[in-house]
Amino acid sequence: MSMQLIVTGAPHIHSRSDVSKLMWNVVIAMLPALGVALWTFGMPALKVIGISLAACLLTEWLIARFLLHKPFTLFNGSAVITGLLLAFNLPSILPWWMVVIGAVVAIGIGKMSFGGLGCNIWNPALVGRVFLLLSFPAAMTTWPVDVPSGVDAVTGATYLSQLKHEGAAALQSGTDYLGMAVGHMNGSLGEVGSIAILVGLVWLLATRTITWHIPVSVLGGAALMSWALGGSPLIDLLSGGLMLGAVFMATDYVTSPMTHSGQLIFGVMIGVITIIIRRFGAYPEGVSFAILLMNSFVPLINRYTRPQIFGAREAARAAKGGAR
Amino acid sequence: MFKTFRRGGVHPNPEKLTRDSEIVSVPVAGVLYLSMNQSIGAPAKPCVKAGDVVEAGQKIAEAGGFVSANVHSPVAGTVRKVETIRNAAGFWVEAVSIEPSEPGVPLPLPDKTLDNALFADAMKLEPKEITARVREAGIVGLGGAAFPTSVKLSIPEGKSADTFLLNGAECEPYLTCDDALMRRWAPQILAGALLMARAVGATRVLVGVEANKPEAIAALEKAARTMPSPVGVVRLKTKYPQGSEKQLIEAMTGRIVPAGGLPVDAHVVVDNVATAFAAYEAVCLGLPLTRRVVTVTGMEMKNRGNFLAPLGTPIESLAEAGGGLPQEGPVKVLAGGPMMGQAVAVLSAPTVKANGGVTVLAGMDILRRVEKNCIRCARCVDACPMGLQPHLIATLGKLRLAPEAKDEGIMNCLECGCCSYVCPSWRHLVDYIRIGKTLIRKELKR
Repeated sequence: MSMQLIVTGAPHIHSRSDVSKLMWNVVIAMLPALGVALWTFGMPALKVIGISLAACLLTEWLIARFLLHKPFTLFNGSAVITGLLLAFNLPSILPWWMVVIGAVVAIGIGKMSFGGLGCNIWNPALVGRVFLLLSFPAAMTTWPVDVPSGVDAVTGATYLSQLKHEGAAALQSGTDYLGMAVGHMNGSLGEVGSIAILVGLVWLLATRTITWHIPVSVLGGAALMSWALGGSPLIDLLSGGLMLGAVFMATDYVTSPMTHSGQLIFGVMIGVITIIIRRFGAYPEGVSFAILLMNSFVPLINRYTRPQIFGAREAARAAKGGAR
Repeated sequence: MFKTFRRGGVHPNPEKLTRDSEIVSVPVAGVLYLSMNQSIGAPAKPCVKAGDVVEAGQKIAEAGGFVSANVHSPVAGTVRKVETIRNAAGFWVEAVSIEPSEPGVPLPLPDKTLDNALFADAMKLEPKEITARVREAGIVGLGGAAFPTSVKLSIPEGKSADTFLLNGAECEPYLTCDDALMRRWAPQILAGALLMARAVGATRVLVGVEANKPEAIAALEKAARTMPSPVGVVRLKTKYPQGSEKQLIEAMTGRIVPAGGLPVDAHVVVDNVATAFAAYEAVCLGLPLTRRVVTVTGMEMKNRGNFLAPLGTPIESLAEAGGGLPQEGPVKVLAGGPMMGQAVAVLSAPTVKANGGVTVLAGMDILRRVEKNCIRCARCVDACPMGLQPHLIATLGKLRLAPEAKDEGIMNCLECGCCSYVCPSWRHLVDYIRIGKTLIRKELKR
């Protein structure tokens, strides 16, 4: 082989960052929460995760191959994230065919119908989850009976559903904060281990996969709103899917704002809306709805938080001065 | 504390492989091709014809307008032809080819010591006379922009400059030509800066150097103590694109050049250290700009170094001096550095005034990967030093939506490449932005 002179536009070097690398970093960050899910819910959890992953990957492959005629993109990791996240958002005892429907909706409607990775408006895993929640409300809120809710001796319910139906007074005694933090409570697969999720957050920040803006603002907004409404911010942060949503779902690149100021607005609003739904809505939990709602506002947020062009303020001032 | 600009920027691996290499003069090539397009602006007009005998330093082409620059012969010899040749990018340009009377002999290196008597005399010159001498010598911005320096020194009516900044940032990876120049000829560089500051009426003179060039900083600080008026040496953080004019002004003075404006709108004039050296030679010694230091570098280049080369030296001769191009596999030869340098399409094309480097990249790693969908990760927005949204203006450029791209500020783009550099989807953002800018410029001409 002789020398082959390459001519392209500048720049000629690259940071070597890569979509696949970012996506696999997210997958790695989800592993601690995955471990807690297995520890808390056992084999049924593994089954749900396996089915969700397989269904998501297969759906993406079928659509890419036969409908879009696009090259094979499974190993960029994004379908794996959707599969894991969807499973994280389901009860461990959900029938297998419901998991499959959720996966088909998540990938097929949530992502591929918009053109695939990068084009979707809403977080695909949440589209799948909310579709299931609206279609099968009973199954989606049926929790295993052998797992505590986070309140002493009460099983087969989540902390938030008890809060909704029995009122705060019923929970006054015996809230098991430590149990809630390590994942010894009831709920969807991936949302129970707050500490494990935070370990994942540290990984995401350390590898610079995401910045702090969205997770901190979601949790901050929720804590603030909870405190303003006279609730316990700590319970709100530790219960339900708030932590999972703040770290893994609101931070989805595709469906979150492009500027840091926009990300802060987006995050705070997710936190606030979550608490409003928890307190005043028909559902005990509102993270999914809050995130999907704010996903819809992302184009608008982007429009109003665009970065200031270098020197634009000075140019405007000079123009004003000239007119005077 | 090291100073820097606030917004955006990236930290590419500096790869200053030739940082310790002293300047060596290369043998004069068999034929020198002096392009008439060595400045931004109108091409120069040849004032010699085939067969003419020329002296070293003789003018061979006149500036073709106010924004243009004279061209001089680097060597004594015979004009072979006035012809059209292909430049590095592959476009046809007019050039004067000269056969040196002594090919193969390196040009002598400039004196290491500053001639204080000549400098003192020059500092008594009228500002207009300094500008005139810079203009006569055909000096253009040697940092890469190739803007005629005399035009910069002619402050427009109603504007003023109080600060003269000397740009020794050299933030471009691989390149060390300015570093080598500062280490060797710091007094001459500062002398040139003081002369140009006098030409624009600036009372404050500052030189900015990135922290990864400690020897250059030391040399400049030592030289500054011998200068007749104060020169401040400012240490800058190593960050790309620190050497970009607007970013440098912000870093060194805290002033912001208005969008669409020029440095003089912030009462500043900026020139590169190599330009200052050329100005010193022009004003004090009467020497026109006919040679420059070029960094020939790259992992594969065994004899890499900083070379003093006559203008018009074919790029392939410089590559030869640097140890020769790799014989196998994909190779990119860049006129300049890897962030903003131009990939050379024609290896026989000549060195021009603005070209400070020949960077050779080789191996499968230099191939661009296939572009993927934008995942809206906003890394480009974070990296953009101009506060633009590269993902957006690139898409608008790609779709040829010129008015929309203009509204989003595409014309403010420096083409520094930070966005393409960080993009995890490997999108060729700068390519598309260039398309958009070209469309808008065409529109304006019409």
